[in-house]
Amino acid sequence: MIRLESLTKVFDTPKGAVVAADHIDMEVPEGEICILLGPSGCGKTTTLKMINRIVKPTSGKVFINGEDTTGLDTQTLRRNIGYVIQQIGLFPNMTIEENITIVPKLLGWDKAKYKARAREMMAMIALEPDAFLKRFPSELSGGQQQRIGVARALAADPPVMLMDEPFGAIDPINRAVIQDEFLKMQQELNKTIMFVSHDIDEAIKMGDRVAVFREGKLVQYSTPDDLLAAPKNAFVESFLGEDRALKRLNLVKVREIVTDEIGTVTPSDTLETALAKIDDYGYQNAILMINERKQPAGIISRSLARTTKGYCRDHFQAVPAVVDLDDDLRKAASLMFAHDQTWLPCVDKAGTVCGQITQRAMTSHLGARYRARQGDDRKPSAAIKE
Amino acid sequence: MPIRSIKGALKALVLFAIFFAGVWSQSSGVIDEFLWYLPDVQYLMVQHIWLTVMSGSLAILVAIPLGIVLSRPKMANVAESLMQVLNVGTTIPTLAVLALSMSFLGIGTVPAVFGLFVATLLPITRNTYAGLKGVNPALMEAAAGIGMSPMQRLLKVELPNALYVIFAGMRTALTINVGTVPLAFLIGAGGLGELIFTGIDLYDPVMMLSGAIPTALLAITIDALIAIIAFLVVPRGVNPSRA
Amino acid sequence: MELLQYALDNASLLLSRTIEHIALVGVAVGIATLTGVPIGIAITKNERVAQNVLYLASIIVTIPSIALFGIMIPVLSLIGHGIGYVPAVIAVLLYSQLPIIRNTYTAINNVNPALREAARGIGMSPNQRLRLVEIPLAVPIIMAGVRTAVVLNIGVMAIAAYIGAGGLGTFISRGISQSDSRQLIVGAIAVSLLAIIVDYALLYLQKRLTPKGMSRQAATP
Repeated sequence: MIRLESLTKVFDTPKGAVVAADHIDMEVPEGEICILLGPSGCGKTTTLKMINRIVKPTSGKVFINGEDTTGLDTQTLRRNIGYVIQQIGLFPNMTIEENITIVPKLLGWDKAKYKARAREMMAMIALEPDAFLKRFPSELSGGQQQRIGVARALAADPPVMLMDEPFGAIDPINRAVIQDEFLKMQQELNKTIMFVSHDIDEAIKMGDRVAVFREGKLVQYSTPDDLLAAPKNAFVESFLGEDRALKRLNLVKVREIVTDEIGTVTPSDTLETALAKIDDYGYQNAILMINERKQPAGIISRSLARTTKGYCRDHFQAVPAVVDLDDDLRKAASLMFAHDQTWLPCVDKAGTVCGQITQRAMTSHLGARYRARQGDDRKPSAAIKE
Repeated sequence: MPIRSIKGALKALVLFAIFFAGVWSQSSGVIDEFLWYLPDVQYLMVQHIWLTVMSGSLAILVAIPLGIVLSRPKMANVAESLMQVLNVGTTIPTLAVLALSMSFLGIGTVPAVFGLFVATLLPITRNTYAGLKGVNPALMEAAAGIGMSPMQRLLKVELPNALYVIFAGMRTALTINVGTVPLAFLIGAGGLGELIFTGIDLYDPVMMLSGAIPTALLAITIDALIAIIAFLVVPRGVNPSRA
Repeated sequence: MELLQYALDNASLLLSRTIEHIALVGVAVGIATLTGVPIGIAITKNERVAQNVLYLASIIVTIPSIALFGIMIPVLSLIGHGIGYVPAVIAVLLYSQLPIIRNTYTAINNVNPALREAARGIGMSPNQRLRLVEIPLAVPIIMAGVRTAVVLNIGVMAIAAYIGAGGLGTFISRGISQSDSRQLIVGAIAVSLLAIIVDYALLYLQKRLTPKGMSRQAATP
């Protein structure tokens, strides 16, 4: 748990005093990732760096797991906080092993223990220990280097981690991979993490909570879904972008808005039955045909059912697309647009049809939050992300 | 500010020291002894400066074009190995350069100027080459891309951007040159070295200092002079001392 | 051929003068390293002091060696060491300060700020930062400064033969005064070779001392 109490930083510059962080109060519950978000110069990095005193606070307090850190010796404090920076900062004169084990060494672990820890860390970041431990940072790619950077920060198993745009210097494709890996690690590690980013998409993807900063002030602190659904003011709204509703699609899973009720036909039904069902269910264009294992097998279009006689098995068309219950709405929407559909069948892990998702359900789900904009307490996004 | 006050105290101390040194030297007659050498100093200083100007300007006239030619892409093969040779050359002590020059050309002004010329040539060539090679390739590509001819690129892009480094080379080289001229006396070319070496041989401190102090001042002056020229000549945008 | 003969005839003298030359330069630059490196590190703490120290050191280097000898002899003769190896060693000490202090200062100052922040962030004390990160990264550049100092001062020491400091310059000074071109050339070649060989030897040492992980990048900070 990290708690900031009225944390303030005033820089004395030749042009006068500049308040980089103005009485920041916030709390990150244990095991959550909190993203500090905002344009450059908004105070997010200053706030982060005051926690491990890379920037010395002018006033205010930092609590870690309930303990006031003000009295702690700076080096002890830092050794118990994992720290990852954008420029990675691996020591080029040390091997990967020496880089990873530096904090345990500073803390006085014995050799066998820190050597074993290095191998453990390598396994965690999915790099082969024998291939990498004896190499030097300059021999690794940027993505590999930042994995080592994360491993170094985690080596002494600190309860708290600070990350300053950790994946900002990595190319987009590798960044997505490393973000996913990190989230997976976090599920097991349950660290309390403060994470600076200027990328809204990263904030939404990585954060359990997002803190938006502007000109040294904490403007809004909420879950990503709340942030997107109910930006507090015009600044947050413009910072999130005009397409913020679309960004929310990332946060909602198909499972949440699927309707169990779906009309289907089987291959042995006649087209006449199919047409009747289409009208019964009020479908406009077509109905899904499933096989004996209840898997999607094809669709029967309304126009065809109306003009032709025969059995479904002789007149179906290929299923344009299906979505999984665990897919997010962004994928669902994308598939709908790509295939010019207003609904898609949903399948579970086994591939059996278990409902449908419609454009209307999606829009009404997203719209509901905007209509109910004034604070009902929603379930936290941690639950959404599972 | 404590640093200020320490500085002030130091300044006062230095002034006192100079004052008492002046009083002492006046009373002991040292000043008269120095004045006795004044005509010699004047004559030898002119000779000294002339040696520097001769050898230095010759060296600049050869070294800069040489550096430019070597930095052309066509010369790439030859240039690298030649720069290796020049690098080795710069490690050779100047006394050895003069001694070798004397053993081939004999005694007098000609071997002295030649020796000084060689010692000055190397650092300037090296810096000209390094300066031109160090110009950001993106600039060169941009220059080519907007249709500059190779000559235009050299004059409008490469040289202005390399100028600071070239001047740094001239500064080093000419300071070395001025400092080496006293050695030219040893091979019969005159200069302020005459007072220093003769002073050492005769163990005459006043004579030694009459040669040594002007030599030191001359070196510091030429160093500062070229620094000032560089400050004024190198375009502001690529001049670190004016940033 | 004549030269070679002369060199062979005087091989033992040549060797002892070479050793003398190396010893004088080595001791002086060795002491200079012991003073220059700490000074170089210390002045990274204060930009203004650093500029003044570097300025002073650069003025000293500007003073021609023979002029420096000429100034030092009257002063040192007050303590009875006007000529001989003492002024020579002092001159080498002074000349070595600039390359060593400047390179140390630049190297420590130019250590990537990200590394410094990472070192602070993981809880290294200032001393640990210096010992584990900054100095190891600075070593190649400090060594380059030492190398510059040594090569420069091999030349200075040659001139110091004129103030009775010994070394290979003696061959040159005798060669000139006795108009003996064999001595002159052998001396000049010997001192040149010494400078070149020592330069390469120190370059090799510099590469050996470069931390392994950095050898791929150029030895620049």
